[in-house]
Order: sequence, then structure tokens, then C-alpha cells
Amino acid sequence: MTPGIAILGAVAVPLAGAALIAAAHRMPNLREAVTLATSVALFVLVVSLAPEVLAGGRPAARLAEVMPGIELAFAVEPLGMLFALIASGLWIVTSVYSIGYMRGNDEQHQTRYYVCFAGALAAAMGIAFAGNLFTLFLFYEVLTLVTYPLVTHHGTDEARRAGRLYLALLVGSSIVFLLIAIVWTWQVAGTIDFVRGGILSGKVSNTTMGILLALYVFGIGKAAVMPVHRWLPAAMVAPVPVSALLHAVAVVKAGAFAVVKVVVYVFGVETISGMTSVDWLPFVAGFTIIAASIVALRSDNLKRRLAYSTVSQLSYVVLAAALLTPLSIVGAALHIATHALGKITLFFAAGAIYTAAHKTEVSQLAGIGRRMPWTMTAFTVGALSVIGVPPAAGFVSKWFIVSGAWQAGNHLAIAVFIASTLLNAAYFMPIVYAAFFRHGAEDARAAHGEAPWPMVVALTATAGATLALFFVADVPLELARQLVEPARS
Amino acid sequence: MVLLRHGATAWLLAVGISWVSLGTALALLAEVSGGGLISYYLGSWPAPWGIEYRVDAANAYLALIVSVIAAVVAVYMRRSVAAEVPHERHYLFYAMYALCLAGLLGITVTGDGFNMFVFFEISSLATYVLVALGRDRRALMASYQYLVMGTIGATFFVIGVGLLYLMTGTLNLADMAARLRDVTEPRPVLAALAFITVGISLKLALFPLHLWLPNAYAYAPSAVTAFIAATATKVSVYVLLRFYYSVFGESAVFSALPMGGILLALSLAAIFIASAVAIFQGNVKRMFAYSSVAQIGYITLGVSFDSATGLTAGIVHLFNHALTKGGLFLLLGGIALRLGAVRFDAIGGIGRAMPLTSFGIVLGGLSLIGVPATVGFVSKWYLVLAALERGDWWIAFAVVASSLLAVVYVWRFVEAAYFHAPDARIAKLREAPLSMLVPAWLVIAACVYFGLDTDLTLGGAAAAAGELLRGPR
Repeated sequence: MTPGIAILGAVAVPLAGAALIAAAHRMPNLREAVTLATSVALFVLVVSLAPEVLAGGRPAARLAEVMPGIELAFAVEPLGMLFALIASGLWIVTSVYSIGYMRGNDEQHQTRYYVCFAGALAAAMGIAFAGNLFTLFLFYEVLTLVTYPLVTHHGTDEARRAGRLYLALLVGSSIVFLLIAIVWTWQVAGTIDFVRGGILSGKVSNTTMGILLALYVFGIGKAAVMPVHRWLPAAMVAPVPVSALLHAVAVVKAGAFAVVKVVVYVFGVETISGMTSVDWLPFVAGFTIIAASIVALRSDNLKRRLAYSTVSQLSYVVLAAALLTPLSIVGAALHIATHALGKITLFFAAGAIYTAAHKTEVSQLAGIGRRMPWTMTAFTVGALSVIGVPPAAGFVSKWFIVSGAWQAGNHLAIAVFIASTLLNAAYFMPIVYAAFFRHGAEDARAAHGEAPWPMVVALTATAGATLALFFVADVPLELARQLVEPARS
Repeated sequence: MVLLRHGATAWLLAVGISWVSLGTALALLAEVSGGGLISYYLGSWPAPWGIEYRVDAANAYLALIVSVIAAVVAVYMRRSVAAEVPHERHYLFYAMYALCLAGLLGITVTGDGFNMFVFFEISSLATYVLVALGRDRRALMASYQYLVMGTIGATFFVIGVGLLYLMTGTLNLADMAARLRDVTEPRPVLAALAFITVGISLKLALFPLHLWLPNAYAYAPSAVTAFIAATATKVSVYVLLRFYYSVFGESAVFSALPMGGILLALSLAAIFIASAVAIFQGNVKRMFAYSSVAQIGYITLGVSFDSATGLTAGIVHLFNHALTKGGLFLLLGGIALRLGAVRFDAIGGIGRAMPLTSFGIVLGGLSLIGVPATVGFVSKWYLVLAALERGDWWIAFAVVASSLLAVVYVWRFVEAAYFHAPDARIAKLREAPLSMLVPAWLVIAACVYFGLDTDLTLGGAAAAAGELLRGPR
């Protein structure tokens, strides 16, 4: 199989899966089997691309020329490879988890749910492998639209309101800011392809560069940089697996990924590092990190706390990219992967608690660790990873980011990271402590065990992967390293 | 058809006529695509004495738009008309439809000012009748309103053409352009320009001369709404372009007078005000009618830039909006057939009962918003690019910001269709008949297809813009 076919297949396979899932809507078991088979097939396809990318190859595929000079084209580079590996790998686990969750909670409209989920993965792959800004923008918008039915899954008034906010912020920011930024880039650079070293070198002034960067950063609303972050907590009305895979991995990481990609492949690290007009970005990202952590600390609702934690962690990636040192950019790329593993574990645990015990608030969790030991152990691992404690994967990426901040001599960034780490610990550790060491009320509601086994399997797997990535980070590290190495001829 | 007095035969004839026109239009476009020019002297009287039919890249493109929509609507309309128009008037309906099509195509291909007026009247009179055939009694009032406004427009147009005839002694547009260069007295020419501009603006529903449009679209039979929404205003835009560029020549219009500025201001007003009004409509057809006024604003906005990119944006949006709005009104016709009225308070939960129709409307709506991979995006891209080329930041932002208004009104439909439990009446509705659903979905599919493959649409528009910008020849 040629790489070009594998790339197109990565977008087409989930789409075909979606069609088959829709066709099998009367046979739930077959339908779920199709979901699992599709996710495995997708992962195999994505993995098959990895060796060539690791060896320095940049497989590409071209689909059509949409407008003169503007193509629907794909090109795999290390960052996209990493994002695609994470998203497609975790889709398998999430599918297993979804089956337990959706059946355990007797959710309605399960076919629509699985169809949209597969569609979201197709869009995520399109974003990961996009060869130019147009392709990125296309799949970015598709991802928003295809996840809208997932966010509003329950069809309640609350879901509808959340859906409005979700669309207003994501579609609004992307159309108003991102589209303008892309057209402007096209106008000044004459190309919108992703090119190593950037395409804006020598084409725009210092001031223009600053404005363009702002248009990109706030236009990519999925990166949830404040004040374009409100959609993410709102999206938590969705079923838990949606929050887990999409709003901790695929959608939000698509945003962080796009920011890093734009900085590296559109602006170019060397081009941008001489510009004074982009200095505001670290402040905005730093503010988001701290402010979101504080909101998380004050939220009693578990999913809301996790959502604000995600907002904060996404800005780690943005801040790391904004520091513009090789180490911090390696850190940014790694953080996309490590935070994905940690946060999906946390969401899986939250969903397991909801399914088994119907508890949603942090204050209700006293003593739950004794009834759900697997779940809460996994939760602890995820929390440690997000805080950045070894031997969890989060430590690795944080190490690189902080080293990058040292390299850049940015003391403010280092202060932000220290403060944020403390805040992370402050909003996660009390949960762990209460779950294991305090006694809850012994009433009828406490008579529950673990969640259905597919969910426990899934969250154990992601927790295991979080630990494993600390010890064997070769592949992500190599991909991240290739992102910053000097251009080869 | 009138002689036959038989509805079904008349329909067959209408379908045949429409498809033959489509074939002819395609052949014409192929003929002139290399920058060619076809000239045909009616009755073999050579121009400028006889009537000349003159086809270049610009009007061949328009003829294609009109005949594509006509071909699709012709197939679609049988079931819709059967439900909405009394049986004994069917043959009249189809006769009027054929007349309207003839008029619109005539306007596009003719090279003669007075002949253009005649075709305008043919198509308009036929349209008044078609609108009046709507089953809602308000259709009569809407038709009357349209009649009054349309007649004023046509009168202004003919006065303008008359003034030009007075100054140049010819009605042939190409000849007129050549002789206008030697006219020394500018005042009558300016008056002619003003009369023609206002007259055509009434016909194309340029804000604030759009007042006839929402009622006419809302109360006309579904097939008529789809047909005129996709074609009539587009042809009027073409006439305006033809006069501005090929007759007056761009120098006289855009540099001597602030036409660009006026058009720009009116276009932006149309885009924002009409979109905002659309949000508050209770009737879905009326909402999309106001959206049409706004979309015409995008077209004229592109024209007002007076650049190759801007003109291309405007002309490609003629095609793109014809597809989008045509498809939307065709699908709404399906709901009208099953449900009677298409009011927001009556269609709650329709997404469950008529999934294909509803999803098609959502796709069409996405094209109105300008989501990538739909035709709406192509237009928007070029509009923003044209604005940025001029360095007009705020216009570029205005264009994209106005799409958010489209998000709001399109999402009103989404929430009505998908977030309400269907009541008993909705729940037992069936999907629209295939003879309507298939043509409608073909148009919607074309919205996506031409969003990804723009060779024909954008290539044709760029050629048309090039032809117009070259000025008279």
C-alpha cells in the first residue's frame, strides 16, 4: 500500500465506518462491532505511515484543486503523525468504553452517536494530515459541525444552549478570525501550504505579524485560549465518552495542534523569533493557564473541573510554542500526547463514577475509592500525569517545556508553570485523598461496585499507557525532535 | 400548451423545452469559452438595424445558470403543482413557466436594448401570474405588489434605454457603446444611467428596493419560488453588469460617479439588515427570502469592488447562490407539499419525520453560511480576497461577520427540526415524493460538488468577469 492511499484511507475509513454503522442501526451488536473494527483499521493505517515519517519521509497525497492554487491536499509531518497516532489509538479504547457507557446508561440515539463519532475521527485525521491551511480549515469546520450532535446528544434545553455556545464560539471565531487570517496569508505569501521554516519570511512587517498571529490564535477557538474558552465547559453536557475523546483529545488537541503547526509551518520559528509584535502571546497563554486552574479549583462539578483543567493544559501547549525554543516546541508536541493520555483517563474515571454511582460532584466522592478501586487508581495516575509527577507521562512533556522556558530565559513562564503545578495538585489531590482515605455516608446509594467491565478495561488501559509512555517515549520523542531539527535538503 | 389545454402534456412539453435549453446553453458556453463571440441577426437584418443576439462568456454563463435551474425545476414541479394549483389551471401554469423561461433566456442572449425590455416584460408578466397562482390568498396581494414595483422598474429601464436611443440613435448595445464615446452632452447620459440603475435595482431587489421580494417568494407556489429565486434576480444583475461595463464603459460609471461607493454601502446594508430581518421571520420561506436579499448584497458587493477578483466573486456567487437557494426552496416545497405551511411553529421535529429533506436543508444552510466544501465558501473566499486586495480591512471583516447572522437563522431551522419532539401531525408525515426529492437533492449535492471542483463555476465566472472588464467591443 502506498503512503498516499494510507493517508486518504485514514480519512475515508472512518467515513465508510460511519456509513456502515448507520446501515447497521437495527442490530446494536453488529453496529458496535463495526465501530471497533473501524477504529482498529484506522489505527493500523495510521501506524503503517509511521515508519516512513520516522525515517524522515514526508508522504503526501493530493485530492483536488479546489480553486486555482488552492488544493485539497495532505502531507504527513511529525507533529501530525503524533496527533493522528494519539487520536486513532485512543479511539479504539474509547469505543470499548463507549459501549459500556452508552448501554450502562441506556442512552438514546446510539446510532447517531456512533456515526458522528466516526465522522469526528475522519475530520481529526484530515486535520492531522492537512497539507495546507485550506485543508486544515475545511476539516476544522467539519469537526465542529460533526461534534455538534454529540454535544447536544441529550436534546434537553441545557444541551441546546450549550450547543449554541459551542457553535457560536467555534464557528464564529473560525469564520471571523481564522478565515481572514488564511485569506490574508494567501494574499501576502501567495501560498497556504505548510512549509518547513514558514512561508511568511520577509513578506510581512513586524506589526502585521503580530496581528496575523492574533487572528490565528483566537481564530483557532478549539485551542481554548481565553477568552475563547467558554465552549469547552459548556460542551460537558455531552455523554462522558464524548468529553473524553473529543473534548480532551481530538477536538481540543486539534486546536493546540493547529496553533503549533501554524507557528512552526506558517510563521516559522526563526522568522517569528525576531519579531517584537508577538510578545503578547506568552502573557495571554500564561494568564489562561493560571485563571483556568483557579476556576477548576473552585468547581465542584467533576467534569467542569476537568474541563477547566483542560483549558489550562491547552495553554501549556500554546505557551510552549510561543516560547520559540527548540526544547519548548518539543515539549509542546509531547504535551499534546501526554496530556491526552492523562486527561482521557480522568474523564473515563469520571464517567465510570457517574455510571456506577450516579455521582457528578467532587464533594460526593468521599470513600468511593474503596468501592471502585480500579477506577480511582486510574484516576490517581491521570491526576499525577496532569500535575507532572514522575513516573507519569506528563512529567516528560513538562520537563521539556520548563527546560525550554529556561533556554528562553523567560522567568515569568517558569513562575507560571510552578504556580500552575501547585494549583493542579490543589484541585486533584483532595479528590484522591477523599476517595481513598475518608469515609462516605453509608446509605443505599453507596451500594455499588465498579462500572461495567468495558469501561474498567478502557480506563485501566489508558492509565497503563500513561505510565508506559514515561518509560518508552521513543516514538513521540523522535517525532517531536524531527519537528525542530534543521531543514534537510 | 394553451392550445392543448391538457396539464400532463403541457408538463411534458415544459420538461422537454427546459432540457433542450440546457443543452443549447451548454453548447453556447462551450462555443464561447475560448473568448469567442457569437452574433446572430434575427430575421437576417444586420445590426444595428435589426435585432442582434450576441453571446459572449458573460451571458453564456448566465444562460447556463437559468437553464440548469429550469431543467431541474421542470422535473420537480409536477407533484408540487398538482398539490398547490387547481387542476384546471395546470396547463396555464406550465405555459407561464415556459414564457418566463423564454423571457429570462431572451434577456441574457439579446444584444438589443429594446428587445431586452420586451423580454423583461415577458418574463415579469409571466412571473406575476405564476406568483398569483399560489394557494395562499395573500399570493394575490404579493403578486400585485410585485406587479406595481416591477412595472415601475421596467418603466424606468425603458426610459433609460429611450434616453440612450435619443442620444445615440441606436438600440443595439454594442453600437450604442461605440457611439456613446462621441456624445458630448453628458447630462442625458447620466439621466439614462440613473434610470437604468434604479429600474434594474428594483428588479434585482437591491436593498432598499427589495420590498416586493419577501412576499412574492413566500406566497408563490413552491416550484415558482425555487425557479425565480434562483434565476430572475440573477438575470437582472447580469443586465446591470452589461450596461455598466459593456455600454457605459467602466470609466464613465465607476470613475466619474461614486457608483462603487453607493453600491458598496447599499450592499453592506442589504447584507446586514436583511440578514437581521431574516432571523425574526416566523415563516421559513420568508426567512430564506430575506436571506436572498442579503445574498444579492454579496453579489453587488463583489461588483462594487470593480476589480477582476471582486467581479469574479460577484459572478460566481450568482451561480453559487442560485444553486444554494434553488435547492433550499425545492426542499421547502417538499415540506409544503406534506404539511401545507412552512412556519417555524408548525415544523417542530420535522427532522424525524422527513430526515432527507431536513438534512438537505441543513446542507444548503451550511452553504449559505459559507462553510468550506460548499459553494458558499468559494464565493466568500473571493469576496474576502477582493476586499483585502483593496486593503479594505473592515469590509473583509464585515463579510465574515455577516456569515454569523446566517448561522443564527440557519440554526433556527436546525433547532426547530431536531430539538422538538414531533407532534402527532408531524409524526405521521412521510418523506417528500422521489420526483421532488431527487431533483432537490441533485441541486444540494451540486452545492457540495461545486464547492470542491470549481473549474466550471469559477472558470466561467472569471471568463465572464474578464469579458466584462475588457469593456465594449
